[in-house]
Amino acid sequence: MASKVYSNAASAIHGVKDNMTFLVGGFGLCGIPENCIQALKESGVKGLTCVSNNAGVDDFGLGLLLQTRQIKKMVSSYVGENATFEKQFMSGELELEFCPQGTLAERLRAGGAGIPAFYTPTGVGTKIAEGKEARDFNGRTFILEKAITGDFAFVKAWKGDKFGNLIFRKTARNFNPMVATAGKITIAEVEELVEVGELDPDQIHTPGVYVQRIFQGQNHQKRIEQRTVQKK
Amino acid sequence: MPLTREQIAKRIAQEVQDGYTVNLGIGIPTLVANYIPQSKTVMLQSENGLLGMGPFPFEGQEDADLINAGKQTITTQKGASFFSSADSFAMIRGGHIDLTVLGAMEVDETGSIANWMVPGKMIKGMGGAMDLVAGAKNVIVAMQHADKEGNSKLRTKCTLPLTGVKCIKKIVSDFGVIDVTENGFVLREYAPDMTPEAVLKATEGKMTIAPDCKKMDV
Repeated sequence: MASKVYSNAASAIHGVKDNMTFLVGGFGLCGIPENCIQALKESGVKGLTCVSNNAGVDDFGLGLLLQTRQIKKMVSSYVGENATFEKQFMSGELELEFCPQGTLAERLRAGGAGIPAFYTPTGVGTKIAEGKEARDFNGRTFILEKAITGDFAFVKAWKGDKFGNLIFRKTARNFNPMVATAGKITIAEVEELVEVGELDPDQIHTPGVYVQRIFQGQNHQKRIEQRTVQKK
Repeated sequence: MPLTREQIAKRIAQEVQDGYTVNLGIGIPTLVANYIPQSKTVMLQSENGLLGMGPFPFEGQEDADLINAGKQTITTQKGASFFSSADSFAMIRGGHIDLTVLGAMEVDETGSIANWMVPGKMIKGMGGAMDLVAGAKNVIVAMQHADKEGNSKLRTKCTLPLTGVKCIKKIVSDFGVIDVTENGFVLREYAPDMTPEAVLKATEGKMTIAPDCKKMDV
């Protein structure tokens, strides 16, 4: 079996091209594939569609790819933390598809699970429902939402083994497990890469079958957006 | 005097029952957690993937991998669990959350809510709000009764793009506690130093005063 292991993000992302669709894990700056995003920036590919719950902040996360104008379109549920985003969107440079957060998670899950579309009650009677098929079940109206898949999926995990089995940590899990299932090529960036057999099979969140490439990330910043504390 | 943000939160906390699973939105709803008595066992859900949210960490104990939906550093309480965003919204959409509390720009007399978008302004996005109002068993709105110009935010019909249709059951505003019924708004309680008539006058949508309408205890 060919090895899935790469030495760094730059080598792991080989094959990325202009106009591709990227699925990116993370919630805010929590659990984002920092090294992959940096490598994608350095690759210079452009015209990208990025599917991610948020768009990072001005100088970190997907915000880095907005600064360099590599992103053509974002699919997100919330983009409020990014002024670069606002400027590019208001000037018409950037396309944006808003998708309710739960619908986005389910569209990615469906994409990875071979379900082309599903009915949901979320967004019925709102702008989100415009142009979408509606159908009643048990006396309630639902709208049809389509699955999402991507050319590449970037996920960040806490631990991974060389087969690609992944374990996430705390709320850094968020969108990563669904994103991992929905990429044609899924690249996992882990804090600690271990040998096959070292992870307890009962503790695996994402089975290695979903992961095509894996590497141990370097210099993770793990930035905190809102540092809230209480005095001792 | 209208209620303060803290008083609105305190009144909403009275609606939280022992054993409830609750999702609190950003702003006034977040403050509700401060007024839930210790005697009640309540699990707070954060839609980014945590059931059993605890208070802010002590200085030096912040963990970048442990945040709430407002991206704030938090802790877990005993019995907490972590899960993916898909699991989180299965919980929400599937009706497993007893109560959602969120803010609003407008609510109308049919219970429709607008809280995510003002045309012509930069739109930040709906986040999880549309899923929450579509899925929770009960949705309470914490809001200001009127805007800065004194216009009622409890409308006959929402003028802003909707977040959800006919999904709000109760509003706690700075003027009072209002149920949303098939016959429009029903004033249940009014803020101390206000009168039911004054609340009625400040409301655009159809409102009736409940026969047992009383002064709020906050």
